[in-house]
This record gives sequence, structure tokens and C-alpha cells, in this order.
Amino acid sequence: MENNDIIRPENLVYKKPALLNDAHMHYCPGCSHGVVHKLVAEVIEEMGMAEKAIGVSPVGCAVFAYNYIDIDWLEAAHGRATAMATATKRLMPNKLVFTYQGDGDFAAIGTCESIHSCNRGENIAIIFINNAIYGMTGGQMAPTTLLGQKTATCPYGRRADLNGYPLSITPLLAQLDGTCYVTRQSVHKPASVRKAKAAIRKAFENSMAGKGTSVVEIVSTCNTGWKLSPEKANLWMEENMFAKYPLGDLKDVESKK
Amino acid sequence: MAKVRGAVTVNTERCKGCNLCVVACPSQVLDLQQKEVNNRGYHFAYMAQPDKCIGCQSCSLVCPDACIEVYRVIEK
Repeated sequence: MENNDIIRPENLVYKKPALLNDAHMHYCPGCSHGVVHKLVAEVIEEMGMAEKAIGVSPVGCAVFAYNYIDIDWLEAAHGRATAMATATKRLMPNKLVFTYQGDGDFAAIGTCESIHSCNRGENIAIIFINNAIYGMTGGQMAPTTLLGQKTATCPYGRRADLNGYPLSITPLLAQLDGTCYVTRQSVHKPASVRKAKAAIRKAFENSMAGKGTSVVEIVSTCNTGWKLSPEKANLWMEENMFAKYPLGDLKDVESKK
Repeated sequence: MAKVRGAVTVNTERCKGCNLCVVACPSQVLDLQQKEVNNRGYHFAYMAQPDKCIGCQSCSLVCPDACIEVYRVIEK
């Protein structure tokens, strides 16, 4: 059988989700943001929520998310995405409201808003991309940067005595009564992409069912900031990031019942 | 025994040549173009060994730019 016989519409098993439009993404080659955008678009499409979904994009690399996924978007001030999502969801409870934030937005400048909206148990879904660096501004040290990791502002590696310890924020959020589902996933392998998609779907469903705040942390790579090739960045993430940020469900209220 | 055959198409203008699909492929089907580039100057992915493709979708799942479409048939 020739390739031309296989490439026919009836044999199609995977294609670009329709909600992801044709605009060329500004992300660096191999950036995890692209995969997560694709998953968000797929999940919203499968849930049939394209007309009801409202995303809140952060300040950071994902600030242009509104150019790529064809749903309604809001652009929040730096770190205030969860506060904006709170208002949006309270005013329009029948909409699917989610935030899409990086670690600089969610775990640094927005820590106050993040923790308090989770503690209030707002019915929103939070997608939190943790790549342990400020990617957009040129690879500076973030609160989530690992000890010993070299960045533009700690060129000899992060030191605990000078810079403090890396902040692992999702276990903190899992302790709060307002959160219903807290999980940590990655998108570096085909199997992990499928798991991350299931986690995003569950978070969105919890949001619509009014169960509380769902947090999906995606441990990601920033190959440009880390000064590695995309495939080496994935290996570096497996070796170093997963020790500090182990994958898996941290909290799932439903499974306890 | 039924044999699964697959094929992929790459949106070459969208591809950024990150090589993640090449690494993810369990059958070593894909490779990056060595000499050709797209309009943005990236060495895009292509099927170097089309006969080996099993249509498992691994490449399309890890592709950050969603530029791979996967087709699959079961030969009887």
C-alpha cells in the first residue's frame, strides 16, 4: 500500500484541533506552551464549550494565547489572572472560566491572588506552566528555579543562603479546603501528554460542576532559557525538575469519597 | 495477521524543526530535512522511512505546533 492510499480523509486519526487557529505561534521551537495550547483547544472542543469558554491569559510568554485559541479571552495585569477569573466566573457562572499562567505570573507576583482564590474555592480551573525560569524576559531566576540552576541573574547557580529555596506552590494549594483537584503533569512524552489532557478535562469539568478550584501544574521546559536543545531540555527536566516537582495527583476530593 | 499501516503529513510552513517528533517516534520514521528549509528557515520534519510508520500518533501528540496529521489503516 502506498502512502497516497493511506493519506485519505477516512483514515484520519489525528489532526490539529479546529479551535487552534492557523496563526503562527511565536513560541520558540520545542516550547511546551504549544502542546498545552493544543490540549486546551482539544478539551474545549470535545466538551463542546467553544462558545462558553473564557480564558484569562497572563503576563509572560503565554500573553498571546488569545491569538492562537479561538475562544473568548481576557488579559489580566501581571499575576492577577485568578482575581479576574474570580470576577468573571461569579458574574457568569454558566461560562467555563480558566486561567493560563506561567510560574512567574502564578507563583511569583501573583502568589497572593493565587492562594486566596484557591482558598475561597472559586469555581475556576487554573493551568499553571512551571518551567523554573522567567522565559519571556530573558531567562532570569524565578521563585521556582532549582538550587544550583544557572540563570541570567544567578550565573553561578541558585544558592539557598543568598536566594532562598525553590517554591513548590501546588502542595501548598493542595492543603487548602477550597481546592478540589490539584495535580502535577508534564507534556514531554506521548503518554504524559495524554495524562495531561485527561487532567485538564477533569479540571474543566470540576469547574462547570461547581466543585471548587482545580489546579493543573504542568512541569515544562524552557529550552531557550535553559540554553539547551528541545530534546536535551526534556532530558534535563526528567533528571532535575522531577526530583523537586514529582508528577502525580496531589489532591483529588472525589477519589476519597 | 492484520498489519497496521500509518502515514503522517507535516504542515511544513508551521513546523519549527524542534526535533521532538523525531525523538518521540518509536519506529524511527521521521527525520528533519538536512538541506531544505521552509519560509522561516527551519529544517522541517518529513517521513524518512514511510514504510515503518504504524500510525501511533506519538509524533503528533508531542508536536508543540500541531503541524502533524496522522492517518492509519489496517491491512487485511
